[in-house]
Amino acid sequence: MEHLPALQVVVPLLGAVFAALVRRGGPAWIISLGVSWAMPVIAFALLFQVQATGTISYELGGWAPPIGIEYRVDIVNAYMLVLVSIMAALVITYAPRSLASEIDEDKLGWTYSLYLLCLTGLLGILITGDAFNVFVFLEISSLATYGLIAMGRDRRAVLSAYQYLIVGTIGASFYVIGVGLLFVMTGTLNLVDIAQRLPQIEHTRSVAAALAFITVGISLKLALFPLHAWLPNAYTYAPSAISAFLASTATKVAIYLLLRFFYTVFGGAYVFSEIPVTVVLLVLSVAAMFGASIVAVFQSNLKRLLAYSSVAQVGYITLGIALANQTGLTGGIAHLFNHALIKGALFLAVGCIVYRIGGAKIEDLAGIGRKMPWTMAAFVIAGLGLIGVPGTAGFVSKWYLVAGALENGWWWLAFLIVISSLIAVVYVGRIVEIAWFREPSKTVIEGRAPPAEMIAVTWVLTAATVYFGLDADLTAGLAQRAAEVLAAGIEPGTLVPGVGQ
Amino acid sequence: MNDTDLIWLALVIPTIGAGLIALTGRNPNLREAVTLVTSVALFATVMALMASVLDAIGPGIEIGFAVEPLGMIFAAVASTLWIVNSIYSIGYMRGNSEPRQTQFYVLFAVAIASAIGVAFSANLITLFLFYEILTLSTYPLVTHKGDENAKRSGRIYLLILLGTSMGLLLPAIIWTGVATGTVDFTTGGVLRGAVEGPLVAVLLALFMFGIGKAALMPFHFWLPAAMVAPTPVSALLHAVAVVKAGVFTVVKVIVYIFGVDYLAETGAGDWLTYVAGFTVIAASLVALRQDNLKKRLAYSTISQLSYVVLAAAILTPISIVGAALHIVAHAVSKITLFFAAGSIYTAAHLTEISQMKGIGRRMPWTMVAFAIGALSMIGIPPTAGFVSKWFILSGAMSSANWVAVGVIFLSTMLNAAYFMPIIYRAFMYAPDEPKDGKKPHGEAPFPIVLALTATAIGTVAMFFFPDVPFDLAASLAGQ
Repeated sequence: MEHLPALQVVVPLLGAVFAALVRRGGPAWIISLGVSWAMPVIAFALLFQVQATGTISYELGGWAPPIGIEYRVDIVNAYMLVLVSIMAALVITYAPRSLASEIDEDKLGWTYSLYLLCLTGLLGILITGDAFNVFVFLEISSLATYGLIAMGRDRRAVLSAYQYLIVGTIGASFYVIGVGLLFVMTGTLNLVDIAQRLPQIEHTRSVAAALAFITVGISLKLALFPLHAWLPNAYTYAPSAISAFLASTATKVAIYLLLRFFYTVFGGAYVFSEIPVTVVLLVLSVAAMFGASIVAVFQSNLKRLLAYSSVAQVGYITLGIALANQTGLTGGIAHLFNHALIKGALFLAVGCIVYRIGGAKIEDLAGIGRKMPWTMAAFVIAGLGLIGVPGTAGFVSKWYLVAGALENGWWWLAFLIVISSLIAVVYVGRIVEIAWFREPSKTVIEGRAPPAEMIAVTWVLTAATVYFGLDADLTAGLAQRAAEVLAAGIEPGTLVPGVGQ
Repeated sequence: MNDTDLIWLALVIPTIGAGLIALTGRNPNLREAVTLVTSVALFATVMALMASVLDAIGPGIEIGFAVEPLGMIFAAVASTLWIVNSIYSIGYMRGNSEPRQTQFYVLFAVAIASAIGVAFSANLITLFLFYEILTLSTYPLVTHKGDENAKRSGRIYLLILLGTSMGLLLPAIIWTGVATGTVDFTTGGVLRGAVEGPLVAVLLALFMFGIGKAALMPFHFWLPAAMVAPTPVSALLHAVAVVKAGVFTVVKVIVYIFGVDYLAETGAGDWLTYVAGFTVIAASLVALRQDNLKKRLAYSTISQLSYVVLAAAILTPISIVGAALHIVAHAVSKITLFFAAGSIYTAAHLTEISQMKGIGRRMPWTMVAFAIGALSMIGIPPTAGFVSKWFILSGAMSSANWVAVGVIFLSTMLNAAYFMPIIYRAFMYAPDEPKDGKKPHGEAPFPIVLALTATAIGTVAMFFFPDVPFDLAASLAGQ
């Protein structure tokens, strides 16, 4: 039991090696499936342990921090570990026949290996308490992601992967420069140690520069508007199951990292009152909510539409961070979870569509609702979650975000949130009209039906979207506790200038 | 009813339903109706059970159900008329050989279930949940025909209803929650001491325009657009369940969130009299110019809905009684009118008023029922409309609200002006002989005639026996 934090990362790493060794798609999938389903078990064990006994500190290799690397699990990353590992396990269950239809057979083994490697990196970022170790895992997950995106048969997949590689490397470099500055100023890489030493030197320009570098570096990875240019291509040309996995985990992990640096390392008081982060983040979030949503309306490819919608939804999450009060933060963190479910369900539904008609062009979807009622019903329900209709998970996050904006006295922002969510009505509605009000095309009629496991997993996430819309104790409740942990020690109403109680 | 009873009910309902389905197996329509009634009853029972399990969605977001007089009125009206409407639907859907009938009945049941959910909501969040399900479940009913016109109307329907509810009503609900710490419907209102000054009027505006289903101008366009739906949908949903969910919410918010006294003291509701009054008159004027019968009825509905809003805005106990009674009166009369319109469409395939010369002689049952419904709309005894109008007018006079009094008088004239010519044309002219020598059409199929006769009788009966709705309405107004 005590080695659980290490196992969380080591098991998928070993799994990646084995998957690479067996080379063939089938056995590699079996390995991935076993490893992926072991992850949520460990993650839940950690979550229960954290809830029972408080923060877990694990010294990797028995070396005590700050010399050794510390794995540190509190309620915030325990929550994230559960989310990422469950999404990974569900997607891998869904994936085999979807991937086989979209990837050349000789590459399948590698794909599973990269998938596990990417998962290793993502779980590592979440669990480690060491700033440089974060960088290592960031690179592991990013390199694996570039490979996964390039697996798509469309030749533009390679170009998208290359584009992401350039941007991702710049982001990682910015991050490591920021960490370097912090190391020079504090003499440690342990996140908790840095946090303890920063208050004495927080007025130096180097610390401000470190915050700026780290923020921009992570913002590239989480696709904060206008640093999102890599995302639409990557999600569009990656194999569908990979798009679903990335959309529901990769950006979410980057957001976690941003939260960790803002609240735990630099401290909310410093980030939000000394530096104009609130204003910058607020403006960019609102720009994402409107800009990316409007762009999504005019897309001709369903995967690209969902990708732009992701950029917009990331805006809601960063908005919750920018609100810098506990309700807003609860909304942001809850939306992190909820959006992972919703967007996962949507991309998986698109995977079913691609399996049937061989592409995701919106024009080709004519009449598909009559031929694939289950898939399209899941798509519509998850789409309602995206809009934030009550009874879906999206509503819960929207509620806290609007309430957080009103607590700050920002009426205008409350209206911007609800109005921007209405744009989703237009792009989801457009798909509904094409899928039901047109006569089924030849491709739609003649296509093959997706296998049961694909539809089943899509529906698991769809059902979760509804379930967590009606009983959000697990999501919003945990998000609230995570927000409490993050915002601990900050007096309400003191974070944002000009906002009283 | 406690949880044990509910669990028993949840077990007994499907068992009885199964027996009835077996007995009605020979008649597919009846069997379908039994299936649906059973499923909805079961659904409602399970929802009631769920309320005790799920008291909170998340921290600060609670789901709850409660029974109070106004909700009882609305639920009783919607569920009673659903029975009649189901009979009517069988005749109509079969008579016009409409496609996708199963989907139609299923969505209809979901819509009614959510209307009941609205009626028994204990707080604004629960109400909002069912309000939105009602919108979404009726969208496929509005677009049932599936042609270009249906698609366009569906867009207007969805965008206006979702736009107002998400863009205005939701912020209003969250504002109420943040300011007062509760969104529960509380006798006497919750806002006193939490929201004050001009903000009360702002919040009221967010609520009133946010409740798009009440069709207050300028957010009324969705209702005429919804008329492309099959007539049973227009009759029950767009004359009873959906629009009444709107005005029901209006009354509920005014009585249980703002509090009648608080609104009267602050004067924050004065503007509402003018907006509702304007809607009553303007919609009547537009109705005068419509040749399409269903469109004319739709504008009449917009006008009549604002009667309820106007009555609530007068802010006296007696006018609140009038508002509650008008929900019932308008429901039973307007469904009769729509039934008649659908009857004419099924039997004679006519939609325009100018074509309906002498139709009363070919379809006496239909047109007599239509005449009764029309009299009730105008407010002439012995019909239901007279009862509710009486209370609204008394309220307006007792509070010396001369604007409201003027609006009611003027609109009564206008109502007469757009209903009387239809009745006159139907009975006073001789019908045209069919040109191609076919046999002239007679009455609509029996289920249709049965349904519209029943509601016409109901319209008259409410004049003579208004006790039940009146007692409920009086206890709502605290008298």
